[in-house]
Parts: sequence; C-alpha cells; structure tokens
Amino acid sequence: MTKLSFFLGCIAPNRYPGIEISTKKVMEKLDVELEDLEGASCCPAPGVFRSFDKTTWLSMASRNVTLSEEMGNDLLTVCNGCFGSLVDANLLLKEDDALREDVNKMLSEVGHEFKGTQDVRHIIEYLFQEVGVEKVKNAVINPLDLKVAVHYGCHLVKPSKERHLGSAENPTFFDELVEATGATSVDYEDKMACCGAGGGARTAVLETTLHMATNKLDHMVAAGVDCVVNACPFCHLQLDVGQTEIKKTFGKEYGMPVLHYSQLLGLAMGFTPEELGIDLNFVENSKFIERIRGGAK
Amino acid sequence: MSDAIKTSSLSPEFRKEIFEEPGTEKITMCFNCTGCSSGCPMTELEPEFNIRKFLRMANLGMKDELLNNPYLWYCTTCYKCQERCPQGVPNVDALLKIRTIAVQNGVMLPAHKKVGQLVVKSGHAVPINDDTKEKRKALGLDEVPPTVHRFPDALSEVKKLLHIAGFDKIVAEEEEKK
Repeated sequence: MTKLSFFLGCIAPNRYPGIEISTKKVMEKLDVELEDLEGASCCPAPGVFRSFDKTTWLSMASRNVTLSEEMGNDLLTVCNGCFGSLVDANLLLKEDDALREDVNKMLSEVGHEFKGTQDVRHIIEYLFQEVGVEKVKNAVINPLDLKVAVHYGCHLVKPSKERHLGSAENPTFFDELVEATGATSVDYEDKMACCGAGGGARTAVLETTLHMATNKLDHMVAAGVDCVVNACPFCHLQLDVGQTEIKKTFGKEYGMPVLHYSQLLGLAMGFTPEELGIDLNFVENSKFIERIRGGAK
Repeated sequence: MSDAIKTSSLSPEFRKEIFEEPGTEKITMCFNCTGCSSGCPMTELEPEFNIRKFLRMANLGMKDELLNNPYLWYCTTCYKCQERCPQGVPNVDALLKIRTIAVQNGVMLPAHKKVGQLVVKSGHAVPINDDTKEKRKALGLDEVPPTVHRFPDALSEVKKLLHIAGFDKIVAEEEEKK
C-alpha cells in the first residue's frame, strides 16, 4: 500500500472538515494509506505570505515539507493554495543551494533540516497520474447521474512551467476524474476563470472578488449544472460562503451545491452525503442531498 | 493635463531591487502587446488594476506611485497573465516582489495584518472555531485537527521561525513595535 503524509492546511480542517474525512475515506478505498502530518501549520497561503515576506513564506513552507521528509513520505494536499505554496517552495529549495543553506540555518533552530528527498502531490493530479482513471472508475459502486461544473482553480495548473500537467488553458484531467464517477462534466463559459479568492484579494477587497464569483456562478447556472466540483477548500469557501455573501451584498440567490472532488467520489463509492459532510456547507444543500438519497442513478 | 514624470523622482534602486526576483528583469523586454491586462479577470472588473501599467511603472522605477497604489493588492495571483506573456515576463512573481517591498516600507492593509497576526498566534491563517469543532465531532473526527492546533511544541517551532524571520514584528500593531 502506498503511503502519503496528509497535509491538512487551514480551511479543510478548520472550516470544511467534510473534505478532510472524505479524502481519508476515498483514498483508503483506492489503497492509498494516509498518515496524518502531525504538527503541520498553515502552508502558508502563497499569495498572502509571498506578498509579505519571502523568507517567512519559505521557512514555514519548508518546515511543513521537512515534517513529511522525516516520515519518509511524499506529501499530499487537497488544496490548490497549499499545493502552490509547497510545490514552489520544495522546487526552489531543491534547486537553489544558497537558498537551501539559508533556510536550513533557520530550520536548524527548531530541529529540522530540509533535504529535498520528497515530492509534494495534489489529490487530483495524484489520482490522475498515479492511481489512474480506470482504478477510480472500478471503485465506483453508485454511478452518479449528475451534471457537474468542474472548477479547476488556478494553482492546480498554473504556473504550468512548474506543474507539468499540460495545457493550463484547456486541461482535461480533472474532467476525466469527474466523469469516472458517472457524472457528466458540462462545459461552461470561462470555465478556467479564477474564483476570486486568492492572492489575499478576498481579504483585501471582498466585494470585488464576489463579482468574480458571481460571474462564475452565472455561467454555471446558464449551463444547467446540478453542482460545482472543485479541487480546493479555498475555492470551495469562496463559492459556498461566497453565495451567502453575494445574497447579502447583491441580493442574488443561487442555492448551488459546492462539492470538493473527494466528496463527489465518496458519493460514487457509496458513502452517504452526511458521512462526507456535504450537508455541512454554508449554502443549504437539502434538495441536492434528497436527490442523491433518492438514488442518483 | 497632468505633469510629466520627472526623471529625478524615479528610483533606479527600486527597479534593481525588483529585479532581484529571478526572471523579473524580463520586464525590460515588454513590447506592450497588452496580452496580460486584456485577459485579466480583475482588470475586467476594476480597470484601475492594470498589471501591464504596474510592471512598466516598475521598469521606470516609479517607487512611490507603485507602493502607495491601493490597486496593488487586487491581484488574485491567478497567473493567467504570466502564462500568456509572449516575452516570458513572470508578471505575478514581479507583482509579489513589489508587494514585499511595499511591506518593507511599512505599507500593509489592516486586514492583511490581521491574517498575519492569526498565523503568529495560532500557526493557521484560518484557525479552528466552535462551529467547526461541532462539525468535526458530527463527522466522527477529533474535535481539534492534528496540526499545530493539537501539538503545542509544533506551534512553538512555528512561532520561533516567524520570530527569526522577523514576521512577528512586520505584523505587530504600531504600539507593540515600540
């Protein structure tokens, strides 16, 4: 059984624990053992902390990677922001001897050393590249009759030079994984557009970023989807909590169910919506849940 | 008509400082194709946010105008512009570098400072709350996740790193700095 260290980040464990438990459930079914990365911190958030101070960003990010090195595992994240932060830091430190030396001076003060022995993986690219679409398909016992708007988010695929996942403008690997559950990935306008949350923008200029989320939601509604499926708890939050804020700010109501891929796959593997925390979103999802319960066949 | 920029007000040192970030010197290769700004989802909503303009201002060394520009903080780092630039300018890396210089010069949004303070205090930018503790219990998860939240020694390590990096001072309120 392959072992990975499960890096939780902030938003999954501290706002959407359904994503945390769903990831554990689906990875177990796919014979991937997840070990808790005990004592990990914020990744830290790439757009925000790289905007403040590069040394701070690198020291915290490298400590998280080092914890995984000490366990002898590659690190698994379920979040695009954490992926961006940790992949970039890991690559920088593997390639730049001087920078690694500087960071290791800091890490030695807290009893760690960055060695560059492990990789940082994101659940979506890991499932696609290591587990494979066929194996995912074979684990499905409850094929989903759903129309899905796939939201890749930005940092899963960009900057593409560092990601090696093919086209950042028109990728298909996430759609293939969604369709492995029986669901249909429905194309919609500006599909690769940003949700608006990243770079500290949600914190700085919430209302403006809500306009970006509104654009996305409008395009999804126009395409007639049943739900949106994402690869990132921060996109998840912007599209879910964002709907409650959009209602308050612009008086517009969508009632769009927002699922992380781990939750969609969990449904297809036969887990109940409650076991996966799909009922714990900020937007009320009861109609969607009833439909799943009634047999999404 | 506004006054022309005076060369004496430009800062070659500022430009040099930005170019410390690898690849950003390619800003000098920009031929103004507008591919970056015309595809930007933020520029579509807020035309005052214009990464092309910002990077060309950076190339001229317009330090004060850039560091005090409130729109500097509107970028969501979606990297669309960086992907598209035919000259290979790392637009987002350059913008983040400009932001760090702003922070070094004492320019930081109060809301960002608060996020920084959360990390200094808890090791998380988004710490646990009572509502989520209940949700965790309902799912059969431990109330407190196995992160720095559960392990005080791990949190001490993070606090020490943030202190060595000087980050605790960067996000401290003015009265605490004294």
